[in-house]
Amino acid sequence: MSALLNAEDVKAQIEAGVPGSRVRVIQNGSPSAQHSLLLENEHARAVAEFLRDDAGLRLDYCSLVTGVDWTDRETSEKVKVRKLVQAADGTEQEQEVEEVRKTRVPGYLEAVYHLFSMEKKHGPVILRLRTANRTNDTTLPSLTPVWRSAEFQEREAFDLYGIVFEGHPDLRRILMWEGFADYPMRKDYVPPADDVEVAEVHR
Amino acid sequence: MSSVAEMHAIAGQGEIMEVSMGPHHPSTHGVFRMDVRLEGERVVRLKPVFGYLHRNHEKIAEHGAYLGAIPYTDRLDYLCSMTNNWGYVLAVEKLAGLAVPERAEYIRVIVAELTRFQNHAGLVGFLLQDMGASGTPLMYAFREREKILDLFESLSGARMMCNYMRFGGVRVDCSAAWLEEVRQLVGRLPQFVDEFEKLLRGNEILMARTQGVGVLPRELAVNAGVTGPMLRASGVNYDVRKVDRYGIYDRFAFRVPLGEHGDVYDRYMMRILEMRETVTILEQALKDIPAGPVMDPKAKLRGLRPKVGEAYGRIESPKGELGFYLISDGTGNPYRYRVRPPSMINLTILEDMCLGENIADTVIILGSVDIVLGEVDR
Amino acid sequence: MGQDLKELKIELSKNGIFTTTLEELYNWGRKNSVWPLTFGLACCAIEMIATTMARYDLARFGAEVFRPSPRQADLIIVSGTVTKKMAPQVVRLYNQMPEPKYVIAMGACAISGGPFRDGYNVLKGIDRYIPVDVHIPGCPPRPEALIHAFMTLQKKIDEQSLAGADRPRHLQAELPSEFPVPEFGEHGLEPSANRDVFAAQPGNPLKVLQ
Repeated sequence: MSALLNAEDVKAQIEAGVPGSRVRVIQNGSPSAQHSLLLENEHARAVAEFLRDDAGLRLDYCSLVTGVDWTDRETSEKVKVRKLVQAADGTEQEQEVEEVRKTRVPGYLEAVYHLFSMEKKHGPVILRLRTANRTNDTTLPSLTPVWRSAEFQEREAFDLYGIVFEGHPDLRRILMWEGFADYPMRKDYVPPADDVEVAEVHR
Repeated sequence: MSSVAEMHAIAGQGEIMEVSMGPHHPSTHGVFRMDVRLEGERVVRLKPVFGYLHRNHEKIAEHGAYLGAIPYTDRLDYLCSMTNNWGYVLAVEKLAGLAVPERAEYIRVIVAELTRFQNHAGLVGFLLQDMGASGTPLMYAFREREKILDLFESLSGARMMCNYMRFGGVRVDCSAAWLEEVRQLVGRLPQFVDEFEKLLRGNEILMARTQGVGVLPRELAVNAGVTGPMLRASGVNYDVRKVDRYGIYDRFAFRVPLGEHGDVYDRYMMRILEMRETVTILEQALKDIPAGPVMDPKAKLRGLRPKVGEAYGRIESPKGELGFYLISDGTGNPYRYRVRPPSMINLTILEDMCLGENIADTVIILGSVDIVLGEVDR
Repeated sequence: MGQDLKELKIELSKNGIFTTTLEELYNWGRKNSVWPLTFGLACCAIEMIATTMARYDLARFGAEVFRPSPRQADLIIVSGTVTKKMAPQVVRLYNQMPEPKYVIAMGACAISGGPFRDGYNVLKGIDRYIPVDVHIPGCPPRPEALIHAFMTLQKKIDEQSLAGADRPRHLQAELPSEFPVPEFGEHGLEPSANRDVFAAQPGNPLKVLQ
């Protein structure tokens, strides 16, 4: 890859350059080591402009905008707790045991932006923006005014996932027809049953 | 070329004719539609409409295993199946941390550069057909393309949908006889490029119709995410082969041609010049290809379950930067599979390039963008 | 035609007298000048273009010019995946072609949806809306396969009779030559198939040519 930027460095630069912004580094478990930065929606536009215009970063090229559907998930983790456990001789003792704790993580939609610099030939810097939920609050700020390359790709995320990008100059469906009512790339989309019965052909 | 605001202001006065070009049109390179508003012959507004070939490639890939997506990648940019394969397997190799043996890397470069050659030749042929040279340049281009497809067929079993690369290498090894045939073909390619260029160089109609038409300024090209020969025609030096040095491209000495004006003529010349550089790379690769295995023995194809994580892998395809973004949730199917389609993103500034031009020039400008609808719509 | 008749024809032709029937002449003229519509949807279109190029040369079979306008074309080669967004346009183009008109469904996608069958935007075969004369399997079919399909179509035209119950559709006034264009619904196309399509084929719609 082109020179990979250290995610912690970029986070520090953003928080210094855009006062009030909070950035969280999301670690990437794969060997590609492409860690991403989770932004807050209210500062996203300002952060994007900073990343594009800052003399050291000059991330002038937004390569890819992806919509992702994270459904409601259950994560489980093993935690050590001290509990009263019945011992072999019948008495109760406090011991440290391992318990599996399940937490329910509510779902959300996510927009992922891959940024590179054509001037400095480095990258990618990966930004993530998350909506509040998957049901009734699926708005995100549009980064099309900052990088024009996001124009069609945000329309596609709107078309296939239902993410509403505020500030997009022309937000309408791009791949499916106007009037289509579903968001097909979501994990819970059920296609219509329209298989014609073959028996009718051989009359 | 005028500004968007000026043109939209004009669109409010006088008699405006609205024309829908496509989706069935002899020159739109597939099922692509442009809603054009004309004042006389001048374009005052242009909105591209696509989705007529949306085959939900991403959803199908998310429902299948990692291996099963490879034949579908052939059908993205259906003229260049080898480079599509490479983009995808590169992303999977980044995701799962797989290594590729050296001979496989050389074979990948050889087939990818052959693909680039036949794509650029075909594009020049189609561009000239759009200009009215009905059929003859395309016949020349397809003549060479058929020779290259014969090579692909003897190597991978299919002319167009090769399904040849795998994560960790390539599917089968090539024989010494095949390499010899490639050498002989590559020996004759410079003569073809010369002949092809001479057919068109100095042609007054070509010059008049392409020079100064459809100019794309540098800053707009970068901001709009344009990549590939179209970006370099506007003078921006960004070739993913040089920037990322993926595969073994850092071993080859080749130049990256750059344009000065960013008009259709520059874009057309870019393809001719890149065809020459491609021949240079092929000659070097054929000289240095070592013996050895073509598949990483540790790479698991069928039951690949990469660790939870994500990766973005990209290559320089003949159309631009082709990337694949994969999110793995630890199972055998990708959780999210996304294609970065260079053709679709290069279309973002189609309106900007066409405003103020004649309606007849929109066809040529669209032709110089080099789109394939399988990639635009996926 | 009987063996005696054939021998008589050969004898006469040796003496410079050429005999035929009106039906043969009519079919010969029509089958050798089938002009297709320039209609390519996806990958199969590239193989169709390769078939018209110098190596495979479809022009020798009479498909010399591909007409851009459906009003002047005889044949529509549906090459590539027909998506639900494109299907109304395909049916409209078919309706605009004048009779006699033929349809070749080229490739797996046009026959049944092909590898993209499980798609929310993919039509599972163009023969849901328009009658198809020849199907070519393949993904994509080789140019030789397209030529074979073309020759199969020519054979089909050759075997058509001008009178009788099994005369072709364009000579039967009561059979429809235009089919309803589907509309975009909220979840798919409405209707999802033209049930009358299969009834429009005279005789046995699935007759296999020997």
